[in-house]
Amino acid sequence: MEQQKDFWFRRLHSLMGVIPVSVFLAFHLFVNSTATLGAERYNESVAGIAGLPFLKIIEFLFIFLPLLYHGVYGMYIAFTSGYNAGRYTWFRNQMFVWHRISGVITFIFVVWHLWTTRFSGNAANFDMVAAIVENPVQFWFMIIGVVASAFHLANGLWGFLIHWGVTVGPRSQKISAYAMGGIWLILSAVGVSALLAFKNTLA
Amino acid sequence: MSEQKRIHLIVERQNDNNSSSYTEEFKVPYRSGMNVIAALMEIQRNPKNTKGENVAPVAWESNCLEEICGACMMVINGKPRQACTALIDNLEQPIKLQPARTFPVVRDLVVDRSRMFDALKRVKAWVPIDGTYDLGPGPRMAERDRQWAYELSKCFTCGACVEACPNVNEKTSFIGPFAISQVRLFNTHPTGAMHSHERIEALMGEGGIHECGNSQNCVQVCPKNIPLTTSIAAMNGQVNRYALTSWLRK
Ligand code: SF4
Ligand code: FES
Repeated sequence: MEQQKDFWFRRLHSLMGVIPVSVFLAFHLFVNSTATLGAERYNESVAGIAGLPFLKIIEFLFIFLPLLYHGVYGMYIAFTSGYNAGRYTWFRNQMFVWHRISGVITFIFVVWHLWTTRFSGNAANFDMVAAIVENPVQFWFMIIGVVASAFHLANGLWGFLIHWGVTVGPRSQKISAYAMGGIWLILSAVGVSALLAFKNTLA
Repeated sequence: MSEQKRIHLIVERQNDNNSSSYTEEFKVPYRSGMNVIAALMEIQRNPKNTKGENVAPVAWESNCLEEICGACMMVINGKPRQACTALIDNLEQPIKLQPARTFPVVRDLVVDRSRMFDALKRVKAWVPIDGTYDLGPGPRMAERDRQWAYELSKCFTCGACVEACPNVNEKTSFIGPFAISQVRLFNTHPTGAMHSHERIEALMGEGGIHECGNSQNCVQVCPKNIPLTTSIAAMNGQVNRYALTSWLRK
């Protein structure tokens, strides 16, 4: 039999992008937005998560490994795809390119983000994030990272529904594109609102 | 009579697959109702470029001249399409003609599309009916299915979708959108369905359906308006269902 490993790698990549990576990102942005309710409420929700049992194992199996796989295999896909949006400027072909650009941005952003938070050696709390966004370059990098990852999530969900044979016809794919556009805007707004909250308290 | 109207053509040429390409310009006399093939025939009749040099006539492929054979696909003003239905009156001049470079160039506008034939063989895009005795008439097909299946059967392997697909490139082995659509066609055919698993297995193989990245250029360029993206999504469903459940039956 012919090799079918590529098929499984690709399908696993598609599945993990949604479960758990997208689910985690949506949850993460939502929890972060408790920062808009003040430092105290934010620190409470962080402590709530930190108090979960088996946290290290959950983090490793359900966040770190899937994220690593989706990210690294995604890089491979981004760099083996062809790009011809200059010649064929149709909307979907441009989205094809933006999906890969946003993926690469998100990858770089997540590595930096983990480096400056989870693996920085400091305990996560409001002041730690506030100190990061105090630097305008870092603040804008985080804004770009949030918007790019929200885009990658929404557009990825659009593709997921096709890769799993859910939205089959052109009409359903169009409706799903509008819905995903909405998800992008909502997630971006949630994420940016949190960043602004971290930034403003210091000012 | 006023001075003859002329058509300005810029042709990307190449002597064979190994030589480098060059462009050459031609001005050929205009007639009403002309298509790109007729313009190429004018060059053949009088192979003189705009510098007045006598050159080898431009080579191209065509057959039916009514968009039914697929042979004349080339890149016209940047888009892959059939030269026989590309009417001069509807094209912006100068008209730029290029070979579909996703395929090896044989000469000038002639390309070698054997990879498409190979892909069709790999996915078994046919209905096997040969036997040692008369198998009798096959099962009937629901009219509802026949209607859309007929649309898929219009594919004439022109290769426009393969040319436009960003995921058909040197770094991947993607078989191309048309082959996936053909699997859908033959898996829907009541007799073809008897071998549907073999085709699905092939789509899971190297360069199979998973290489599609949903750029959806294919459906934009297909001259036969085949709903390629619908076929791909439908086959994604079939292939995944098979892949995720077949091992449970073993
Ligand atoms: S699917 Fe359309 S574009 Fe692709 S080979 Fe067939 S006819 Fe040509
Ligand atoms: S010559 Fe047959 S499709 Fe153009």
